[in-house]
Amino acid sequence: MTEDVVPVMRIGDTLLVALQGDLDDTTVMAIEEQLTREIADTSASGMLIDVSRLGVVDTFIARVLARIVAMVRLLGAQAAVVGIQPAVAITLVELGVPMGHLDTALNAEQGLALLERLRRNDTGAGWL
Amino acid sequence: MTTQAATHREPDVFAIAHEADLIRVRKVLRAEAEAVGLNLVDATKLITAGSELARNILNYATGRRGRISVEQVYRSDRRGVRATFSDDGPGIEDIDAALTDGFSTRGSLGLGLPGARRLVDDMTLTSDAGSGTTVVIVKWQR
Repeated sequence: MTEDVVPVMRIGDTLLVALQGDLDDTTVMAIEEQLTREIADTSASGMLIDVSRLGVVDTFIARVLARIVAMVRLLGAQAAVVGIQPAVAITLVELGVPMGHLDTALNAEQGLALLERLRRNDTGAGWL
Repeated sequence: MTTQAATHREPDVFAIAHEADLIRVRKVLRAEAEAVGLNLVDATKLITAGSELARNILNYATGRRGRISVEQVYRSDRRGVRATFSDDGPGIEDIDAALTDGFSTRGSLGLGLPGARRLVDDMTLTSDAGSGTTVVIVKWQR
């Protein structure tokens, strides 16, 4: 149950996860469980989910990605999806999957900068 | 599409009965998309549409099983891929509703069928209560 399905890298306070290969639904759900656990276990303040090596993101995978981001936020951290391939982005928009609320960046480097901004905004809001 | 003709090649036909078959469906569609020369965006759309339709079979068909048949098709000077998904499930009661964004009887996003239709050039859905559902999608080379 608690088997790791994806390697997770830690850069400072941020976890970096690169999804790859052709994912079936069970694997996607195992990834969701693992990543949520990793955030809780490591108390990391951010997570980047790199999907640049996913050639297909269908409605199920997209929905779970959005769920992972929501759960990471509930645990008090920030998450962003980075590296969506152009063909996948076009397909997702045409499919009609609501992804607008997700924080996304072109690549991991810009993703790190995005998380940094999100963290700053978080702190700011806490003072109000 | 009346002018399309199947190739001399035998279509790829196999059962969709396990989750692993989702991956097989994507693989076969990717191979055929490459064989007929679909560009990357069109190939991605075709594979994604196929993934949605295969999952529908696993989620809704009786015994969670069905079949897929994939073949290359021709129309004048263009080539394309045609995939036929069929099952012997309960059928779809209200086809118009099933093709509407956000309609779901299972708590999903309800984008599977309408989304798949937007991703391909042609999609026909036939279903009769009690006799299963057949969905045919075609994606043409540009």
